[in-house]
Amino acid sequence: MTGQFVKRLGAVSAAALAFLPGLALAQEENVAGHPVPGQFHFQRSVTPIMDSMTAFHDGTLMWTISLIVLLVLALLVIVIVRFNAKANPVPAKFTHNTLVEIVWTVVPIIVLIVISIPSFGVLSDQLTVPDGERKYLGANIFSFGEVEVPAPALTVKATGEQWYWSYEYVDQEQYFDSNMLPEEDRLADKPNQPRLLAVDNELVVPVNTTVRLQITAAPTGVIHAFAVPSFGIKIDAVPGRLNETWFNARETGIYYGQCSELCGKDHAFMPIAVRVVTQDEFDAFMTAFESEGDYASANATLAAVQ
Amino acid sequence: MANTAHLEAHATGHDHAAHDAHTPTGWRRWLYSTNHKDIGIMYLIFSIFAGVIGGVLSGVMRLELQEPGIQIFHGLAAMTYGLEGGAALDAGKHMYNVFTTAHALIMVFFVVMPATFGGFGNYFAPLMIGAPDTAFPRINNIAFWLLPPAFLLLVLSLFFEGPAGALGFGGGWTVYPPLSTSGHPGPAMDFAILALHVSGISSILGAINLITTIFNMRAPGMTLHKMPLFAWSVLVTAFLLLLALPVLAGAITMLLTDRNFGTTFFAPQGGGDPVLFQHLFWFFGHPEVYIMILPGFGIISHIVSTFSRKPIFGYMAMAYAMVAIGFVGFVVWAHHMYTTGLSLDVQRYFVAATMVIAVPTGVKIFSWIATMWGGSITFRTPMLWAIGFIFLFTVGGVTGVVLANAGADRALHDTYYVVAHFHYVLSLGAVFSIFAGWYYWYPKMFGYMYNEFLAKLHFWVMFIGVNLVFFPQHFLGLAGMPRRYIDYPDAFALWNRVSSVGYYITFVAMIIFFYAMWESSRKKRPAGDNPWGEGATTLEWTLSSPPPFHQFTTLPKIDSTNAH
Repeated sequence: MTGQFVKRLGAVSAAALAFLPGLALAQEENVAGHPVPGQFHFQRSVTPIMDSMTAFHDGTLMWTISLIVLLVLALLVIVIVRFNAKANPVPAKFTHNTLVEIVWTVVPIIVLIVISIPSFGVLSDQLTVPDGERKYLGANIFSFGEVEVPAPALTVKATGEQWYWSYEYVDQEQYFDSNMLPEEDRLADKPNQPRLLAVDNELVVPVNTTVRLQITAAPTGVIHAFAVPSFGIKIDAVPGRLNETWFNARETGIYYGQCSELCGKDHAFMPIAVRVVTQDEFDAFMTAFESEGDYASANATLAAVQ
Repeated sequence: MANTAHLEAHATGHDHAAHDAHTPTGWRRWLYSTNHKDIGIMYLIFSIFAGVIGGVLSGVMRLELQEPGIQIFHGLAAMTYGLEGGAALDAGKHMYNVFTTAHALIMVFFVVMPATFGGFGNYFAPLMIGAPDTAFPRINNIAFWLLPPAFLLLVLSLFFEGPAGALGFGGGWTVYPPLSTSGHPGPAMDFAILALHVSGISSILGAINLITTIFNMRAPGMTLHKMPLFAWSVLVTAFLLLLALPVLAGAITMLLTDRNFGTTFFAPQGGGDPVLFQHLFWFFGHPEVYIMILPGFGIISHIVSTFSRKPIFGYMAMAYAMVAIGFVGFVVWAHHMYTTGLSLDVQRYFVAATMVIAVPTGVKIFSWIATMWGGSITFRTPMLWAIGFIFLFTVGGVTGVVLANAGADRALHDTYYVVAHFHYVLSLGAVFSIFAGWYYWYPKMFGYMYNEFLAKLHFWVMFIGVNLVFFPQHFLGLAGMPRRYIDYPDAFALWNRVSSVGYYITFVAMIIFFYAMWESSRKKRPAGDNPWGEGATTLEWTLSSPPPFHQFTTLPKIDSTNAH
């Protein structure tokens, strides 16, 4: 155990490099949908929104804040070295310097304005459900939009309950609940899926399709929050309100998230799992769901065609 | 001015012994105290006492989170309630939430605020403006003595039913409904609401007292623009308290009536809206974070100036930066609510307004460095804490800029990134400023010097410890670990373990702190009136250490040469 810990200290020092944003991508490049051991950066993006959030955070914000921290650190080191009592026995008496005061007011304002350009772009993209015409930023956060995203072809309503998620394919009028798998069931049924993230019934959606998500909570329940890090979405499930967001995943696979608003004792145990499948697989799944009327048979059909 | 004449008349012909005759002794001195210095000391002792409890709570949480899985709390619940198996596990999960909630409420309302505003504010703001005491000494007394019952109510809430069949309120310090209404039908939440009400009354009274004192009792010649920055910081903080706390009081009163009298302010079944509460709460909650940090800004300014032997750089900009931070702090509240479903325009506004705060904050950071620039710096213990504060507050500040951007906050909201951010500005910011002030004014308050080696050791061990606790939490947040989780996917194990190790180091630092205080109280090294030399220019250093029970019986005169 100790040996393992010492070995992991190597990872700690490697993680210190996380402040060099470019290097962050080197770690476990291919994993998406769930965190990996020792991870120190965002989960890998599979949607245009998360692309722009990653580009904005890693490419603009991390550089800016790292440079500010290094600047302050450098100034402190200079002050400590040059102006300690030994090096500088007689203190200066100045208390004003109009020029530097203007500089350290105006330069931060300029930096903030530069940050705000991609910031407002990313924000607008997140909150605007695609209509098929509007162009999205993707990773090109200083552009005016280059990525095409189709209008939503599927609407899913997720309802936060204490303590599980309930999903509805709105147009198809099909419902199912999604509970976290207890540890013994996970080991028996889905041993390759992560503990606390694996669920009995995943939300199945087609790849390269814009999905409109409607989020709410049980009317007499409490607030939850629906989040999938790889999709770049997080939105509160509030009783009495219907919130809306969207995603368009470009890779098949299972993408996990966890409830992100304190909702009581099992807050940590109501994960979100979205299984992105090909359009054909989704069609088979949905046809079975609509004819059989239950998730289990639809899921069996899906397993058969996969 | 009759007041002043009276005090001066009082001073003539009295020697020290005669004064002492007026000094109440024993328990009367403290329980009946109307003396701002005694009340300040009581606030500080109360804060240390509550801080130990709040710190132990966080220690149990770090023990729990050290490894994936649930290791501590089902056992704790089994011991507390005599439950077994699944019932103990359920009770343990709830108990974890109760711990996070209690940790936050204690640290905010019963540790940081009593230390910075109640303790140092009461003790040193009157001294620095040359006042004999505060304007309303009896209000000062009741303001302090409301805190212990408020704390008692909060502790009581831990032992009453919250959700059906479990004890305590586990809905977070933000007390969001419906979790705080229908989610916790038992009386635990009512006790917590009353605790907040009583501590809120305490803070409002304290704020009224110090505003009046600062506006009316400054020594002759001390205009507002000559007033020391710590007094400025207390003045701004007092206004924030006065304007913010009534909104919290209103919000939690609405909670109380929703819970007990059938109103539906926050219940959608009756046409209410849970998000309304969040607006009201954060209209208080955001100024609250400045309430916790602003007095620290003032403390750091004096320490930096004292140990650089150089006047504060850009005094006016420093004072009005605090006013600006206080003002803008009231119009940014919904940046805590980016995921609630606010419209695009509303989110745009709150992004822009929030980023504005970085400008006056930057002015302060750079002005502190400019104060040191050209100085002749001695690295005594308070200066180490002050420099540590400046660096760590910068780290916490820049992650605040990241979180201000709603587009990036989408990934980080309610993750450990937020936990890391606010602990960098509070646990490593506000708490470092408290320790800076403690070591700066300890010789003044108690008349003794502490052991410099032990105090510096405390600083270095704590600096390493708290950074180890909170820096890795940035990584956890970026990787997506939500906050307020008793258990987490195994991938988060590494950084949680590092964070827990950091806690144990911080725990050692606190043992060093208490040992250093004990050592100082045994050795009784006289500190002298001004142990810090010519750099310490504010009025408290003109008095004896500790200051006389009633100071400034002859009011000091401030002329144009000895400004701030």
